[in-house]
Amino acid sequence: MELDALMLSRIQFGFTIAFHIIFPSFTIGLASWLVALEFNWLRTGNPLYKNLFRFWVKVFAVSFGLGVVSGIVMSYQFGTNWSRYSEFTGNVLGPVIAYEVLTAFFLEASFLGIMLFGWEKVGNRLHFVATCLVALGTLISAFWILSANSWMQTPDGFAIENGKAVPTDWFKVVFNPSFPLRYAHMVTACYLTTAFAIAGMSAWMLLRAWKEPESRLAGARKSLSMALWFAVVAVPLQIFIGDMHGLVVMEHQPVKLAAIEGNWDRQANMPLRLFALPDQAAETNHYEVAIPKIGSLILTHSFDGVVPGLKDVPAADRPPVWPVFFSFRIMVGIGFAMLGLSLWSLYLRFKGTLFSNRLFLRAAMIMTPSGFGAVLFGWFTAEIGRQPFVVYGHLRTADAVSPISASAVTASLLTFIVVYAFVFGFGSYYLAKLLRKGPDPVEDLPGEDLTKTARRPLSVPSEGIEGGPGHEAQTAR
Amino acid sequence: MFGFGMAYEGLAFWLPLIWAGVLAVAVAMYVIADGFDLGVGILFKGARDENWRDRMMFSVAPIWDGNETWLILGGGGLFAVFHIAYAILMPALYVPITLMLVALIFRGVAFEFRFKSDRSKFLWDNAFHYGSLVATFSQGLVLGAFVQGFSHDGHQFTGGVLDFLTPFSVMTGIGLVCGYGLLGATWCVMKTTGELEIWARRMALRFLVATMMAMAVVSIWVPFLGRNLDARWFAWPNIAFLAPIPLVTAFAAYRLYADLAAGRHVRPFFLAISLFMLGYLGLGVTLFPYIVPPSLTIWDTANTVSSQLFALVGFAIVLPFTFAYTAYAYWVFRGKVAEEIKGGGYH
Repeated sequence: MELDALMLSRIQFGFTIAFHIIFPSFTIGLASWLVALEFNWLRTGNPLYKNLFRFWVKVFAVSFGLGVVSGIVMSYQFGTNWSRYSEFTGNVLGPVIAYEVLTAFFLEASFLGIMLFGWEKVGNRLHFVATCLVALGTLISAFWILSANSWMQTPDGFAIENGKAVPTDWFKVVFNPSFPLRYAHMVTACYLTTAFAIAGMSAWMLLRAWKEPESRLAGARKSLSMALWFAVVAVPLQIFIGDMHGLVVMEHQPVKLAAIEGNWDRQANMPLRLFALPDQAAETNHYEVAIPKIGSLILTHSFDGVVPGLKDVPAADRPPVWPVFFSFRIMVGIGFAMLGLSLWSLYLRFKGTLFSNRLFLRAAMIMTPSGFGAVLFGWFTAEIGRQPFVVYGHLRTADAVSPISASAVTASLLTFIVVYAFVFGFGSYYLAKLLRKGPDPVEDLPGEDLTKTARRPLSVPSEGIEGGPGHEAQTAR
Repeated sequence: MFGFGMAYEGLAFWLPLIWAGVLAVAVAMYVIADGFDLGVGILFKGARDENWRDRMMFSVAPIWDGNETWLILGGGGLFAVFHIAYAILMPALYVPITLMLVALIFRGVAFEFRFKSDRSKFLWDNAFHYGSLVATFSQGLVLGAFVQGFSHDGHQFTGGVLDFLTPFSVMTGIGLVCGYGLLGATWCVMKTTGELEIWARRMALRFLVATMMAMAVVSIWVPFLGRNLDARWFAWPNIAFLAPIPLVTAFAAYRLYADLAAGRHVRPFFLAISLFMLGYLGLGVTLFPYIVPPSLTIWDTANTVSSQLFALVGFAIVLPFTFAYTAYAYWVFRGKVAEEIKGGGYH
């Protein structure tokens, strides 16, 4: 592997976007979580919710700030390091990226100020609107950026003129074949990331129960319960969406699918390979552990369905197999661990020991970063599986890089690594500090006027349903 | 129009022109909005104590990320409509843009981290100050490089990675630091009270003098860059139309000086903005219609008509709303910042 401007630029892009993606995937979920909390507060007047809001909004602010600054880097890097990519795709992806900035970022960034600092100045109703608009902004932002990303995977609605992509049908560009399911998969992943992070942090607070005042534990219990109700519904849904998404990959990116499956020869009755060491040079797998025929069953819904193989295309058109193969398995493994924890929580809930089973709480705590892991490895699968192309089938990554010197990229890459390590280190430290402190005990709420609840704007007549399990699951989403 | 873009007709002629206007407004919005909050960061080092720093920082905390979004729009907008320009300019400006991004990271996180730290607060004070300073200086380097021009083959950059770095671009870098410092100081005059305000007033006067000197040096330097950039200014009848620009600039600078001395609160900030806009107008007159000076025009680098139209629909719908709620956010946080800031000001 030669460390030329191409390789260094790839490492730099991979590094900076992996760093960036952590924050949006957390804030997309957190924004909606804040909407749920504020809605519940307005609805019930229970200060517990406002207290939780005040706490999680601080976590949101740190994550959002890190997301903004690492996001600016992304919007310039297309040009600084991938100017030939910019030239090839500019006509098509330029406007799509512009829509992302326009419709979403402004919404988030402008209303964020009001959401963070303006509660006393604008009042409950407008503040709730601001919170909703921030959440909506995060979702619209994800819409456009995933549309652009999907177009690179499954480009559609364009023609090639003078060696450049030119749009012919904007609807097909935006809603390209892999976009709808990718969007659903990613948004669900973001929500789950947040749900498991909240559940894990709350479990941690409950585990330290002997140190905490009772009122603070009430918040941790409420958060844990809401997050896990959400997970019980969303994890199976996510596995279903992921399966459907796999079928789209098989149809539009057969070689990527073959790499995911570690499948060298096109074949019917393909086994489900649980483990293997793919050997790119010898075009085979070593130490394969597999269940016969199940691979075909999952992908084609019949035992003798034919699955594409890596050898269908010349060696130069294949992605590196082992990173794709393993990333995918790690993602799926995390998904099933999430499913296990969700089912366990359901069982404990009906036994009435959800908040006291220490083994479970410890497991939930360990699962705190699981969603981030799943997002990263899923993303490795998608992007490395697309190689050696940057626009699948049309533009090779090697032909997309800027005409800049390797030394310049080396310098910038080292700078980014040092700076991100420093910033990320401190970011994690402050987040941990915030979490250790936890929400303020409810009785400490400064100036909380409990009589206000009578005048709350969104009063729901039948408060009897509050606390009912089904209802919480809805609002947590 | 002025004999430019004659090879293009209909939408292919008008759209790049409209877009150049839209992007010029976006860049202007950025320069004004992030200019003053970067300027607050430049002044930050001179603040007397913790309380001053808290108040200065809090005066921009609710709006800084909205301000920086204009920068993303600048990068995204260039990619959206002038992608050839984007593809040539970004590698050419690799070093200053990377520097700027890294500096913006430091000052961006300083906003969040500073309010949550106790022992490490000095670290984030410095991150905020030096981040603002380096980001501003890098933007000044970009400005200088832009005036100097770029080597290219019509598709890609063909020059070296340090081409941007010349005495002239260093001078524009210093000039922009002075200018943003002026914006930041007049912002503090408008948003703060007491001794902090008096200090900000004194700083504004100093930065005003420095800015005017920098503007003069750069203006005198430009004809010596050997690019014949001054020709448009001195050719008849242009000189008759253009002469008011430096004259109005001089008048605005005088008014600003007088207002600061007279103890006005709000008007100095807007006069500082008008100084910036006059400088910006002067730059536009010098460089138009070249988006990759010295040879590629906005028409040469524009995307297909369909792409420009598609993006324009979005801009036409969203920009008015954006202006409206940006204005609203500023309105909500209007007035002077309180003298005591607790817990980062979060509710």
